[in-house]
Amino acid sequence: MRAIVNIFLKEGVLDPQGKAIHHALDAMNFEGVEDVRMGKQIVLKLSTTSKEKALEEVEKMAQEILANTVIEDYTIEIVE
Amino acid sequence: MKSIAILQFPGTNCDLDTKYAFEKLGCKTQIVWHKETTLPKDIDLVVIAGGFSYGDYLRAGAIAKFSPIMRAVIEYADRGGKVLGICNGFQILTEVGLLEGALKRNVNLHFISKFQTLKVINNNNDFLKKCQKDEILNIPIAHADGNYYINDSGYKKLEENGQILLQYSNRRGEREIVNGSVNSIAGICNKNRNVFGLMPHPERAIESILGSSDGVKMLEGLIA
Repeated sequence: MRAIVNIFLKEGVLDPQGKAIHHALDAMNFEGVEDVRMGKQIVLKLSTTSKEKALEEVEKMAQEILANTVIEDYTIEIVE
Repeated sequence: MKSIAILQFPGTNCDLDTKYAFEKLGCKTQIVWHKETTLPKDIDLVVIAGGFSYGDYLRAGAIAKFSPIMRAVIEYADRGGKVLGICNGFQILTEVGLLEGALKRNVNLHFISKFQTLKVINNNNDFLKKCQKDEILNIPIAHADGNYYINDSGYKKLEENGQILLQYSNRRGEREIVNGSVNSIAGICNKNRNVFGLMPHPERAIESILGSSDGVKMLEGLIA
């Protein structure tokens, strides 16, 4: 079982890296990009076969270390 | 003679500068490896020196906060012990929750390394008691993640409690945007005023021949 954790800066927290990418896309004449947010993805390979247990554990990991909840939000996806 | 413990993580690179600075001011210093579970006895100050603990992987300070020594530092701070975090040390102190807020990537995405003028916002604390309010200090900065963030309600609390200590400014004391920090904050303390964090490096400003000795009065406050 794998857990995919996506971490992004919270809405309203300025994302300088996303902004720089946005500027680059504009400079390359890609049109219609309204906003760019950059985050990170952490993929965990887990030994458990219980989806609930996996979610519970990864939630704890995200809260305690993977994300800094002062500035970041995260999503967790469990895949078989 | 005051006794200072200076923490060393894998990737810390300002520990020896910090040791040199405090010894020049007449203190006894001990470098403490992050795997230690206790701090040396009878110390007067813990300094978390600058650098790149664990290569800044994940986030600056994120891995260091789980080093065994940090538990001892939290207990020490909770008992009222004085803790100073410089640069990466400031990042670690916010990650571990001893200081409010967080440090993000600089707004221009550059690693900024230069002398920077700072304004003293509050000197009613052990760290800046030897400085004057509104005094302008010239101190080097060297960081990529110094963009201090705190939400509006958190900011109000910092202000009400006098926790905002230093602000990036020009020589006339006008606020300057350096790295994107909320209200150009360069340094703060906790509510109890025994834990201090700042991005600038006072330990690099202790000899005028090297550009500035303004760091002396900052460090002296902590050992007076």
